Amino acid sequence: MQLETQTRDDALIIRVMANRIDAAGAIDFKDSIAAAIKDGPYRVILDLSTVSFLDSSGLGAVVAVMKLLGAKRKLELASLMPNVEKVFRLTRMDKIFTIHTHTDDAFPS
Amino acid sequence: MSNTKSKLDLHLIFPCSDLAVRATLLNLSQKLADYGLSQEEIGSVELVLAEVMNNIVEHAYKDVQNGIIDLKITMEKNGLNFTVSDTGHPMPKGEIPMGNRALLDCELDALPEGGFGWFLIRDLARELRYQRRGNKNELTFRISVGLPEILDG
Repeated sequence: MQLETQTRDDALIIRVMANRIDAAGAIDFKDSIAAAIKDGPYRVILDLSTVSFLDSSGLGAVVAVMKLLGAKRKLELASLMPNVEKVFRLTRMDKIFTIHTHTDDAFPS
Repeated sequence: MSNTKSKLDLHLIFPCSDLAVRATLLNLSQKLADYGLSQEEIGSVELVLAEVMNNIVEHAYKDVQNGIIDLKITMEKNGLNFTVSDTGHPMPKGEIPMGNRALLDCELDALPEGGFGWFLIRDLARELRYQRRGNKNELTFRISVGLPEILDG
């Protein structure tokens, strides 16, 4: 899965360049992110602004990424589209992740 | 009546694979958008069907070659009615899994990475029924969506 990464202050921003994180793409998503977060900074911000659909396989993959980061690093989410936000809300996973409306909101000035 | 579209009545038959499920959902989303459903409604339909069909790929057709998924969708006044069939393994204990909301009050390592599927299906679908008919699994349910263009007529 194609990712765009950018380091900003203390964080690595990962922009997912895909429309869907579903059962057909969840493993690819997890493997690509795992490669991108190696040796990166403390904070990782996953920008999902291009993702219009996420199912429970995709949700599981996002949880798996958080576990890969371990207790000393932090995964935050940004720019969730409504149907993606709904999956996090219904499963109450929105209480587990820090979710920013926009990636810029993760960097208070 | 300004509406000229025919009543929605779809029958889709496709091979059991993650990619075929994705292609079917993309095709269906476009059709539902043409029928005037909102993006939020389409999102609910797509999510429930994805969870149902992912379960068929992963569980019903586990270790089965050349499985087929059969999806029927009809439009009624109270929403869309779905019948999803396969000829794979029956549901465990012959019934739909409970699908309780996963417990999240735990350490990072213990957070669940799966088990959300039936919870989401039960949350968004109505009148969920499962029947084993001969060698066939049949799941029926309804999703309450507005279908404004059609019903305003």
